[in-house]
Amino acid sequence: MSATSPQSTVHETNGQRFAPVAEIGAAALALIVVGGIYMASYAPRRAPLGPPTGLAAASALLVLANLVMLARTKGLAWDKFFLVGRWTLLSYLVTAGLIESAFVKDHTSGGPLVLITAMLFLFAVIVPLIISFTVARYQSGPAQPEPGA
Amino acid sequence: MTDTTAEVLSNGHAAGHSPPLAAPARPVIQIVPLRGLPFVAVMIAFLAASIGFNWQWGLDFNHVAGGALWTGIDLFVGLVVGPILGRLSIPARAEFSARFMPKMVLLMPTLVAMTLASGFQLALDLGNLKASSPNHSWLIVSFVVVGVMAVIALALLEPANLAVLFEMRKPRPNGEVIAKLMKRFIYTAGITGLMQVATLVIMTRVASQ
Repeated sequence: MSATSPQSTVHETNGQRFAPVAEIGAAALALIVVGGIYMASYAPRRAPLGPPTGLAAASALLVLANLVMLARTKGLAWDKFFLVGRWTLLSYLVTAGLIESAFVKDHTSGGPLVLITAMLFLFAVIVPLIISFTVARYQSGPAQPEPGA
Repeated sequence: MTDTTAEVLSNGHAAGHSPPLAAPARPVIQIVPLRGLPFVAVMIAFLAASIGFNWQWGLDFNHVAGGALWTGIDLFVGLVVGPILGRLSIPARAEFSARFMPKMVLLMPTLVAMTLASGFQLALDLGNLKASSPNHSWLIVSFVVVGVMAVIALALLEPANLAVLFEMRKPRPNGEVIAKLMKRFIYTAGITGLMQVATLVIMTRVASQ
């Protein structure tokens, strides 16, 4: 989304407007959380996979839309976006891996494990996306040297 | 855990000079306090071992100690520190945040991981998740409460926390940006604080059934 987008769908930071990447990311995260709660509510039984699959698919679509909007974004502090993004991505991939290992240890397998893996992957992508975008959008504007950077 | 330029300030005061009228020296912010990482690694390893070996004491310790600290800190920050912080001047907020926020970057995710991961394992081991358990519905409610808190913390609180730290690293931080982000931090910390009260009710209920 560009600067010509409607006021209601853009943010203004340091005089610049950005697409609602963080808000859409929050919605995508909420869908994953709801799917996770749905599946956890059935534990230790096997949960029906339809509703959480639908939620995960909707979340993935939102993430894709977010990535497209992000690719079209101009004026974002991309250096900060990637700096924060790579470390938070590493951190959340480790977190997701730990959660995944807990499910494997608890003998989750087959369809539920595939779905959980997909949901954890989305979780590990969405959170860094929100964090790095939020940091980068407030860092956009006239460049300033950082002390001790 | 942050390096500071306090030396500059202390030199000025020690020499008997009045504080400079220009902007005072600000702390140099280390966004992730690297010295804290080994402690985090130890706690995560302890958590993983407790789950991996189904170590009852380890699971109890992680859940009770992690949960108590998480709840206590959330309530204290959301309901006590937050409102006070909201009434401070922007420079005072910046000064406080520069020292406070980096610690929260490491502390809170660690406590949350300790509490939730061990809690789920305990619930499985104790049979509280079974549909026949009287605690089943309470645990589902607690999942919802935690889910709401997770979305607030991961989508609003943590990004705002890091964005404030990056803003304060600038030679000339934008006070409006910091105020806007801190407002978000204070409100969301207040909401999660209130949700922690719900968690306390649910968990004490579960423990007493």
